[in-house]
Amino acid sequence: MKKIVYADNAATTPVSPQVLEALLPYYKSEYGNPSSVYSLAQQARAAVDDARKKVADALHAQPNEIYFTSCGTEADNWALKGTMRRLAQKGKRHLLTTNIEHHAILHTCAALEKEGFEITYLPVDTYGQIDPAQVEQAIREDTGLVSIMYANNEIGTILPISEIGAICRQKGVLFHTDAVQAVGNVPIDVVAQNIDMLSLSGHKLNAPKGIGALYLRKGVVIDTFMDGGSQERGRRAGTENVAGIVALGTAIAYATQHLDERIAHETALRDRCIQSLLQIPHTRLNGDPVRRLPGNVNVSFEGIEGESMLMMLDMHGICASSGSACTSGSLDPSHVLLAIGLPHEVAHGSLRLSWGVQNTMEEVEYVLETLPPIIQRLRSMSPLWEKITAGENN
Amino acid sequence: MYSEKVLDHFTNPRNVGELSDANGIGEVGNPQCGDIMKMYLKIENGVIEDVKFKTFGCGAAIATSSMATELVKGATVEEALKLTNSAVVEALDGLPPVKIHCSVLAEQAVKAAISDYYTRQGIDPLPIVGEIKDCDACHVH
Ligand SMILES: Cc1ncc(COP(=O)(O)O)c(C=O)c1O
Repeated sequence: MKKIVYADNAATTPVSPQVLEALLPYYKSEYGNPSSVYSLAQQARAAVDDARKKVADALHAQPNEIYFTSCGTEADNWALKGTMRRLAQKGKRHLLTTNIEHHAILHTCAALEKEGFEITYLPVDTYGQIDPAQVEQAIREDTGLVSIMYANNEIGTILPISEIGAICRQKGVLFHTDAVQAVGNVPIDVVAQNIDMLSLSGHKLNAPKGIGALYLRKGVVIDTFMDGGSQERGRRAGTENVAGIVALGTAIAYATQHLDERIAHETALRDRCIQSLLQIPHTRLNGDPVRRLPGNVNVSFEGIEGESMLMMLDMHGICASSGSACTSGSLDPSHVLLAIGLPHEVAHGSLRLSWGVQNTMEEVEYVLETLPPIIQRLRSMSPLWEKITAGENN
Repeated sequence: MYSEKVLDHFTNPRNVGELSDANGIGEVGNPQCGDIMKMYLKIENGVIEDVKFKTFGCGAAIATSSMATELVKGATVEEALKLTNSAVVEALDGLPPVKIHCSVLAEQAVKAAISDYYTRQGIDPLPIVGEIKDCDACHVH
């Protein structure tokens, strides 16, 4: 079989063996509905409670502040729509966010705008950073919610969440953070960081797809998003995804227990990769060089287009991603790369490699051997590259 | 997502490079939209004797340029002017809908190179070749 080097952990991660082992019994033998009374079901209930505690512990929250959802996107939708619709009754119709959020936030904001809410999208700097002072200045009398991502999925920039949390608390404005990329990669303490709501997703930390959670600080009341049965204390109806919940609990506990090792490992892979790729002429690093997710590499190679690079990498068994238009599913390159000020053509030539726990330095070296000839080849057939280098060789 | 033919032309593009003795050169697209195609033609007695291309763009952009060069090589200028984007798509056994604009660009690249040839001959290309569509036009599916 062809060797596969999976370097797209920001897109999703493989389910780890210990997580798979932990979840399988909930499909095979412990299949009861947690709401039923017999003991088979009560085992499922106990497993859900145990997982809830593990998620709470990972965030320094209380178990009754954790609500399981079907994914990170649902948690984001619920946090934003639930909060704004509730606060509208109090005349708070303004939401503050950034222009580099995931579509789970941005498209939810667009939906809220259609409902008549006002949204401010704070512009980021060239590293994808927000200055907390921007938040302070943009908070208005009628601001109901500030929603700023913990870490960006494309460029890996880690935003100043503690500072923003402190400002929001002091101003009496609710603060939500989309921490889908951060959980398991950076230490998080919702109490110390004054976070009122936090979204997370299982499939970014070696649990399966289709399970997420919203942390909702005790005392914060938002509208129910999913009406139905009394699951999740009546606030998120629907029979629990028991196996997914168990997997999320197992994965998050493992990730937090091994956080230091994980950060050290991924940082080593990332730094080796960045240092080597930047040797290639006309290459730039996208995102914050310092306050950056441990596994994230995002570079732009001038003169070439991302999709063709991904296709050639794929032929060598390497899985990566790009912010080019052809891969963003629209005609424009990624909104994040444009937000940090990249010209369109440089954004088209971006490559994201996101390393995870299961990756090795050998895999990084394999990518570093494979990539330069691909770039050289694509540049040799690029009329844009010809223009870029026109002034250099004479 | 891509047919075998597209992958073949992407992996082993035909006629890639430059032609030092080209007498018709056309470039279409722009870096903004992520595709640029440059077509070099060597036209002799009304026949396209040689053709080369350079492309900045996605897999489909490279494959459509490659296929377009194959289709016009050895053809008369009149035949090359009849090349349509759908002929390129068909020859590649289809393209995903979002990539159709790449084939339009390939068609336009051939036309732009022929226009340049006529201009160099002191002939107004407009009545023969027509307008060369810009990138925005090719993005309207
Ligand atoms: C920052 C961010 N938010 C939200 C999501 C959506 O999470 P999910 O795929 O679980 O819906 C993702 C994942 O793609 C993400 O990276």
